[in-house]
Amino acid sequence: MSVESIVAASFPGVPAEPDDAYPKQVPVLRRLLANPIAVACLVFLLGVVLFGIVGPFVLTNDPADARLELTNAPPGTGGYLLGGDHAGRDIFSRLAVGTGESVICALIVLAVAAGIGITAGLIGGYYGGKFEAVASWLADALMAMPGIILLMAIFPLIGPNIRLAMAVFGVIISPAFYRLTRAMTLTVRNELYVDAAKIAGLSDARIIGKHVLNAVRGPLLIMSGGILGAGIGIQAALEYLGLGDPSRPSWGVMMQDGFNNMYATLLPIVWPALLMALTIVSLVLLGNALRDAFETSASQSLQLTPATVARLRAERAADPAAVSAPPKGAPAETAADLLQVHHLTIAYPTSGDTVRAVVSDVSLGVHKGEVHGIVGESGSGKSQTSFAILGILAPTARILSGEVLFDGRDLLTDPTWQRQVRGRRIGYIPQEPMANLDPSFTVGAQLNEGLREATGVSKAEAKATLLALLARVGIKDPQRTYDSYPHQISGGMAQRVLIAGAIAPDPDFLVADEPTTALDVTVQAEVLELLRELQAERGLGMILVTHNFGVVADLCDRVSVMKDGRIVESNTTEELFANPQDDYTRMLLSATLDAAPLRRPLGQEGV
Amino acid sequence: MLTFIAKRLVSAVGLVLLVTFVTFALVFSNGMAIARTLLGNSVSEAEVVAKYRDLGLDQPVVQQYGQWLGAALTGNLGRSYVSGEVVAEAIMTRLPVTLTLVLLTLLFALVISVGLGVAAAVKGGWVDRVLQVVSVVGGAIPQFIVAVFLVVTFAVTWRLLPATGYVSPDVDPVMWALSLVLPVTAILVGAAASGSIQIRGRMLDELRKEYVATLRTRGISERSVLFKHALRNAAGPGLIGMGILAIGMLGGSVLIERVFALPGLGMLANTSTVSGDIPMLMACVLFTILVVVVINLVIDLLLGVLNPKVRL
Repeated sequence: MSVESIVAASFPGVPAEPDDAYPKQVPVLRRLLANPIAVACLVFLLGVVLFGIVGPFVLTNDPADARLELTNAPPGTGGYLLGGDHAGRDIFSRLAVGTGESVICALIVLAVAAGIGITAGLIGGYYGGKFEAVASWLADALMAMPGIILLMAIFPLIGPNIRLAMAVFGVIISPAFYRLTRAMTLTVRNELYVDAAKIAGLSDARIIGKHVLNAVRGPLLIMSGGILGAGIGIQAALEYLGLGDPSRPSWGVMMQDGFNNMYATLLPIVWPALLMALTIVSLVLLGNALRDAFETSASQSLQLTPATVARLRAERAADPAAVSAPPKGAPAETAADLLQVHHLTIAYPTSGDTVRAVVSDVSLGVHKGEVHGIVGESGSGKSQTSFAILGILAPTARILSGEVLFDGRDLLTDPTWQRQVRGRRIGYIPQEPMANLDPSFTVGAQLNEGLREATGVSKAEAKATLLALLARVGIKDPQRTYDSYPHQISGGMAQRVLIAGAIAPDPDFLVADEPTTALDVTVQAEVLELLRELQAERGLGMILVTHNFGVVADLCDRVSVMKDGRIVESNTTEELFANPQDDYTRMLLSATLDAAPLRRPLGQEGV
Repeated sequence: MLTFIAKRLVSAVGLVLLVTFVTFALVFSNGMAIARTLLGNSVSEAEVVAKYRDLGLDQPVVQQYGQWLGAALTGNLGRSYVSGEVVAEAIMTRLPVTLTLVLLTLLFALVISVGLGVAAAVKGGWVDRVLQVVSVVGGAIPQFIVAVFLVVTFAVTWRLLPATGYVSPDVDPVMWALSLVLPVTAILVGAAASGSIQIRGRMLDELRKEYVATLRTRGISERSVLFKHALRNAAGPGLIGMGILAIGMLGGSVLIERVFALPGLGMLANTSTVSGDIPMLMACVLFTILVVVVINLVIDLLLGVLNPKVRL
């Protein structure tokens, strides 16, 4: 791989997890040594270094000594462990000397690149300003040109001096260190504890030395593996091109000699190529292992095997403690004729064979034309419940028990039914309007595609329906909004667009997940009013997820209160407000009352 | 969009001037060394000085650069110090070979990266794990080591494909295609490995976003969600990655052309470097940076097409 792509490959992901880089030295080393691949790489690299440094001193054959009778000799003949090359020289001895040179060259590249890149990155990231602007521009310019071409261009100036060339290469590749250090320093600099350290009167030098370097050293160490590999590659490349010192054996020179001679024998080229490939792969694998060691297990995406899921489901079914106490109040789930959720349990893996349930044994029901509110704090499982109904749970989520019946058929186990009702009979209004529109397509294009998919109408018919609906949801200039990209409209407009998208195929059920939370207060009231009108107009059944009792009072016929993944209380809205049974419900209600007088359902003022 | 293109053009011109000037200044800072390399070790000091003056290497570097740049703008890149050949003509016969190599590889890399990257992101499991290991190993090994292994296996041991030599497509299209198989593969291994792991990451990022779930709730087919919506949004960052890959390919092509004896720009740069043919070398540098700049401009334009925010 080229230098540029090594640098590119070292980037993605590394700056994204600065939090994982805080000092954990002992555990990191221990975790690294627990990884057999890392240990194998370390041992191999140590062997390579020893071979290169100690080897030349204990060699029995002079690497320059040509014994014509051993030309292209097979391994083991005449004291030549790996055989002889085209000039009858000992491949093993030449490899040892070449390895030593490669080790030195790789270290030169690393020292120069790290010295320049890290220093400039710390200054640029910490102080910013003109220095950063100039340094970043220079870094971009250096990265735009293939390094090997630049090295070739200055060959007439520096001549066949490979170590000097490697130092120059260190300069050329230093933007890799610069960008990484600068990005991470910027992140750390904006952390609160750095502000605290400043206020405490610590000097900039001490903050950089203590806090910033602590945070960046993990990723820098990981990148160093790639840089060493790049150095070895580029040195061999230059030697191969005849731009090194031809009188000294090196991996590149040996490969060039072997290549010219390959129709006679392949071994002289295979040995250096193999050694070099293994060395570079070890460096990169070690870097990867190091990255894994720095990362905590939680950051890795866990997948449960179907067998594990089956076992967990069986365990859950057999465990009497898994069944929640029935919710207080007057749950109406059994009689519901549109949607019934029975004993739903959703869990996420916490390791290869353990899970944490985010929704436990939840049951609720919604009648035609009824609005059912789900209230609770964030993390109580209310959004997860609605995602399960819609079939859009995260890929790692697993259903451990229960069913979601829509018109009597289970959506969870029947993908055909899921496809038939999703978008056609069940609509979804999400929480964050902007994040829920595809940024690359116009509003019209994405709504039109959905409507056509759901109802099979033509593009023109769909457009006519949507324009009328956009006007209905209160958008002043429907045609303009239809032709706009999501970034060109406001959050309130985006939410109206999403509402139009949800009701366009004329569904009989809506799931609204905190539909007003992300909006300005004035827009909130308008959107709620719109939802209420549409619901009444079309007789929609609805699940409305919210943490706001005001919204519940405004819109809902029934309400369920969720806490820690369970429904603790469920009742008609009036009854729940008038006569809360559960302590938690009372606490939530009083919290609302403390903040502002409770709004009564419309038309019931003064009740 | 027009101001966007104009800004890109200005920064591209700046980059070309910077790279050529710095290279020029470094190379010409030691004119005596150039003269000595050209004449070899067997000539007297006086002859070296005469050559030095003769080539105008005694003038200030900035002045020499000005003259070179002025001539270059009119298409005159001088004559070779070694063969007396017109540099511009030599470049024009070499450039198509390198461009074919790089563009063909880029095209294949794009197709393979999208296919493997999307498959790994969507399927996960063993497909994903295999890709991760392959991409680390495939992406780490230098292109010319891959080239050496390919030659050893397919050309020397099995004798399936030609190891070296380039046939012009005008002469024999089949031989031309065959002569490109191994060189393209040698660069492709690393490029596709890094490319697919990048596309995989971008796709995973997109698939976690909320709009994807919302599209699904509207009943839009999984195929459209993946390939029309998620992939299109992932393509922007993916294209930027392709630009970096292309720079790497240009550098790698120097070695690949040498290994497979392809008469391209890299090969020309290599021979010019060794023989001290500075005008030829400067032209190679100029055209390399021009290719980089053009590829990046094309990518910027594609980004503009893909991303409505850039188009404004």
